[in-house]
Amino acid sequence: MNIVVCVKQVPEPTGTNRIDPKSLRILREGVDSVLDPADEFSIEAALQIQEANPGTNVVVVSMGPDRALEAIRRGLAMGANKGVLVSDANLAGSDALTTAKVLAAAIKRENPDLVLCATESSDAYTGMVPGGIAHHLGLPLLSYAKKLTLAGGKVQIERQTEAGFQRVEAQLPAVVTVTGSINTPRYPALKGIMQAKKKPVDQLTAADLGFSPEQVGEKGAKEKVLGWAPAEQRKAGTVIKDDGTAATQIADFLAQLKVI
Amino acid sequence: MNTTDPQAAKRGRDEINLQLNETEREIMQVIRDFARNEVKPRAAEIDATAKFPEDLVKKMGELGLMGLPLPEEYGGLGQSYILFALMIEELCAACATTGLVPDVNISLGAEPILMFGTEEQKQRWLPQMCSGEKLGALAITEPGAGSDAAGIKTTAVRDGDEYVINGSKVFITLGGVAETYVTSTVTNPELKDKHRHMTDFVVEKGTPGLSFGQPMHKMGITGSPTVEVFYDNVRVPVSHRLGEEGDGFKITMDTLDAGRIGVAAQAVGIARSALEDCLEYATQRKQFGSAITSFEGIQFMLADMATAIDAARLLTLRAAYLHNQGLPCARESSMAKLFAGDTAMKVTTDALQIFGGYGYIKEYPAERHMRDAKITQIYEGTQQIQRLVIARDLLKKLRA
Ligand SMILES: Cc1cc2nc3c(=O)[nH]c(=O)nc-3n(C[C@H](O)[C@H](O)[C@H](O)COP(=O)(O)OP(=O)(O)OC[C@H]3O[C@@H](n4cnc5c(N)ncnc54)[C@H](O)[C@@H]3O)c2cc1C
Ligand SMILES: Cc1cc2nc3c(=O)[nH]c(=O)nc-3n(C[C@H](O)[C@H](O)[C@H](O)COP(=O)(O)OP(=O)(O)OC[C@H]3O[C@@H](n4cnc5c(N)ncnc54)[C@H](O)[C@@H]3O)c2cc1C
Repeated sequence: MNIVVCVKQVPEPTGTNRIDPKSLRILREGVDSVLDPADEFSIEAALQIQEANPGTNVVVVSMGPDRALEAIRRGLAMGANKGVLVSDANLAGSDALTTAKVLAAAIKRENPDLVLCATESSDAYTGMVPGGIAHHLGLPLLSYAKKLTLAGGKVQIERQTEAGFQRVEAQLPAVVTVTGSINTPRYPALKGIMQAKKKPVDQLTAADLGFSPEQVGEKGAKEKVLGWAPAEQRKAGTVIKDDGTAATQIADFLAQLKVI
Repeated sequence: MNTTDPQAAKRGRDEINLQLNETEREIMQVIRDFARNEVKPRAAEIDATAKFPEDLVKKMGELGLMGLPLPEEYGGLGQSYILFALMIEELCAACATTGLVPDVNISLGAEPILMFGTEEQKQRWLPQMCSGEKLGALAITEPGAGSDAAGIKTTAVRDGDEYVINGSKVFITLGGVAETYVTSTVTNPELKDKHRHMTDFVVEKGTPGLSFGQPMHKMGITGSPTVEVFYDNVRVPVSHRLGEEGDGFKITMDTLDAGRIGVAAQAVGIARSALEDCLEYATQRKQFGSAITSFEGIQFMLADMATAIDAARLLTLRAAYLHNQGLPCARESSMAKLFAGDTAMKVTTDALQIFGGYGYIKEYPAERHMRDAKITQIYEGTQQIQRLVIARDLLKKLRA
């Protein structure tokens, strides 16, 4: 069984992303980059399947600059078997659709039974890439998995919804996006870190995957970021002094927000 | 591996290299994440309940921390003693109790076996320590013999293929929890040479006649059990003897020479944590209309604290570097332990001072750091004994 986990390297998600006012891209220079914490859940999910099904091959795939190799290594340190890095100057400025198209081509080479993605990335969080991958691979997409089980050539998930969850399944191969409640990712064992250096990582360019420079990167992008603005400052809250009606006032307030 | 080449030793002292490679950096990142996310949030509770953090020790074992610098062939990770010192610092910055467990296991439990054990002994005991499944401890101190380790009274008498051990030890860290006790005994009480009368044995928990006292109530590092160990006609096979009869004193001293690096690292970690907590508090605390960090009196204290911590860390890492190169490090590890222990005490006291009245209250971490710091001036040789080691080394060199 082959599982591909798509991972992205993102600026350390502690502060707010800084945006380059000229290119309107997220500034990645001078910021610590890490494996997207959201991706640790899908890696963990893959490793749990691997533990239950010995012989399962877990491949982490990333498209990004050369240093995205560090994110792949973290995945390998956690226990994945192999990495694939798609890195190429021509890919810079790719939009979500292109990213999905390129990733799909890289994933296809691994002949996957299951492709795992996070629901959305922690930096750009369009949440469009997994759907794009499924489209290009012609595979079903099960989204928002808070639980994932494999049986009889099928994948079944519990899809998180506002009201509870739905149980849905698809024939393998399939693409599944997982949420942060699916598991508790492990720390990579230190031995894993040492071994990660010896695990294979395929490095691919856009051309290796059959794309011309015009089809990818900024040139190939069909989506254009026109501008950005900081979120509106939060307004000061309302203080309710309890004169005996505070409970009703709070309930009314919450009802107005449709929270209750 | 220990070289006695004086030129190499001198070079080691002058030319230390503390550069980490990529793998080492990645390892430290995981240790830092683990310490910050899993250990630190538990520190106050471990201190208050004085309960041994069994679950954290299990996790440290799974991650590979319990055997970090020990050879891979015995289940360790074969990493450097520099990384080991950094790890102990990081863990102790999160929680002093938790951080000392891998230190004791590695420096006191495993190292004497690694340095003086036979291949069979290493295969038997080291893997279980590296995995953290069964811990190692060191039992030297007795009610009547602390600083004067050669003054111990516990005896071991040969009887055929066995030795019979009688006596008692006190203040044994991880006593009752650990599986193996490297125990110092006297095998030749009549001997004139007071450094050839001792022999060390590995005594396993469960051996008939071996028993433990209740954990002693301590000022700090409360979650680590410190107990009396009693030996009542404890029989161990000859195959549990480390080295030859008479090697005991050397084994003990060599173990402590390197072991002090770990205590120094504990001290650096505790001091660092005190400074970090204090910086956070001081930038928020306002008096006379401004943050107390705007007062020069506070700023100078902070500057002195940071400077002392860095000096202590560098002394510690130098000793770790020498040990890693297989060079003698008795003097340097004593200097590191002496300076780092005193720094921890001074820094934690000053940090509490900067917290003001809140520092004196248990809801804040300042008083815990101060209580945890104190032990680093006492165990594995008091500060006075460190000075003795350093001075003897200085004077020996002068005579030579
Ligand atoms: C203002 C702005 C600035 C931007 N700047 C940049 C920029 O500088 N650089 C940039 O790359 N993008 C940038 N983008 C995002 C870009 O347009 C695409 O959205 C992006 O490539 C798709 O990633 P996402 O984070 O939105 O994916 P999502 O769809 O949110 O990601 C979901 C999951 O898909 C997988 N996935 C997504 N991307 C990758 C990948 N590259 N490799 C492997 N798996 C992946 C992961 O599993 C991920 O968790 C920017 C977007 C905006 C709005
Ligand atoms: C929490 C804790 C954990 C411990 N863990 C262990 C362990 O795991 N294994 C183990 O074997 N031991 C352990 N010990 C024992 C510890 O190493 C001893 O307490 C320490 O070596 C001091 O011995 P002592 O307490 O007998 O003090 P003493 O030797 O009686 O010293 C009393 C005072 O006299 C000073 N002094 C003694 N001799 C001299 C001298 N020649 N010149 C100047 N001053 C001198 C000392 O510095 C000290 O201030 C532990 C102790 C504690 C408190």
